[in-house]
Amino acid sequence: MEEMLREYLPILVFLAVAVGLGLVLILAAILVAVRNPDPEKVSAYECGFNAFDDARMKFDVRFYLVSILFIIFDLEIAMLFPWAVAFKDLSMVAFWSMMVFLGVLTIGFAYEWKKGALEWE
Amino acid sequence: MAEFFTNTNLGIFLVILAKTLLLILPIVASTAFLMYGERKIWAAVQLRRGPNVVGAFGILQSFADFIKYIVKEVVFPAGADRVVFLLAPMISVVMAVIVWAVIPFGDGWAIADINVAILYVFAVSSLEVYGVIMGGWASNSKYPFLGSLRSAAQMISYEVSIGLIIIGIIISTGSLNFGDIVNAQKGNYGLLNWYWLPHLPMLFLFYISALAETNRPPFDLPEAESELVAGYQVEYSSTPFMLFFLGELLAMVLMTALVTLLFFGGWLSPIPGISDGLLWMVGKMFLVYFTFSMVKAITPRYRYDQLMRLGWKVFLPLSLAWVVIVSFLAKFEAFGGVYARWAIGG
Repeated sequence: MEEMLREYLPILVFLAVAVGLGLVLILAAILVAVRNPDPEKVSAYECGFNAFDDARMKFDVRFYLVSILFIIFDLEIAMLFPWAVAFKDLSMVAFWSMMVFLGVLTIGFAYEWKKGALEWE
Repeated sequence: MAEFFTNTNLGIFLVILAKTLLLILPIVASTAFLMYGERKIWAAVQLRRGPNVVGAFGILQSFADFIKYIVKEVVFPAGADRVVFLLAPMISVVMAVIVWAVIPFGDGWAIADINVAILYVFAVSSLEVYGVIMGGWASNSKYPFLGSLRSAAQMISYEVSIGLIIIGIIISTGSLNFGDIVNAQKGNYGLLNWYWLPHLPMLFLFYISALAETNRPPFDLPEAESELVAGYQVEYSSTPFMLFFLGELLAMVLMTALVTLLFFGGWLSPIPGISDGLLWMVGKMFLVYFTFSMVKAITPRYRYDQLMRLGWKVFLPLSLAWVVIVSFLAKFEAFGGVYARWAIGG
């Protein structure tokens, strides 16, 4: 346990140094630079006129679909990782059960494709 | 004195801190010169001169840019959520920096030599999407919002195929540790033993996915100036903008390191008989970086629907098929087991 924590300690140190780097750079600009906001400067960027409404509006459902598909396939990859690491020691049962799993996913993927979930005209 | 650094907690901590700084500072400093080099390359391709005023041949250009970023005003847009607005570039740069903890530059040189290194890289680079989404949402402006949506969808699409390509490599090595992955590519024939040859189709897929994952041209859709101005960065100025920029650049340098480690044998020497080492690793990374720059200089931009079609309908089926092909070839010793011995060493 001690040994494992020691292996992961550098990541914590990296995190601290990275946060420090970011904070120093942002604070430097806030402290050094002149701040002189006016209504025109802080208004949202548009092509020459004032914004009609709030920018956090409805967006295309396809972005949502893409993220759902991403979760499915990322989970699949997460399942594949331990299988791939132990590949040399796998029995035939283990090998074929993963192939069946991939087959099922491929059927799902073909269905999505056919249904047009991947279309961006 | 030596005991202090190996036995006491404070000593061990100080050693780790020193190593961390020794890695982060050169990498962050090198981005200044990489940026300069990249601009010079584009300039040469387009028959321009590029930066040539600050310092000899303009070599200090990036440092002048840095000072300019610092003295520029941090503008908070009127409708912005200030906390999230500043958190977004922080996440972007922090995620880009902490990945380097597990990247080795020589045999056993990884600062955090954990056994799930590549999974860690995969996980942290997924988190980088949050910086983009938060930046676009917090700005409360239409261009950043649309840009961040596009950017996020693009990044997660190509992450799927990157993951599957990595699976193929792991089947060959049986380990998630970068040191093991590179050492598995060691052999009597130098560069012919590296994975770029047995996994050649995946090298192309990984290379292109890496460009898309880091929002590089020809896939820089979120920054398609003619459509979305600068994507999720539109409302950013001063150092918050620079942090996004730094994060993106570091993510790209990380991709050069990944291509080198997974396909080009990391620190191994290409010719048998010549000693391995840090210089090979850095040299290979520079070569890959040069090709990234050249791609930016010579390719026209993709359309968004073409990009998504390429990701989901070409790369995903191909990389999935490759995982199945590699596992079958390895399991059943096809072609008299030649491929299995070559790619798996078993």
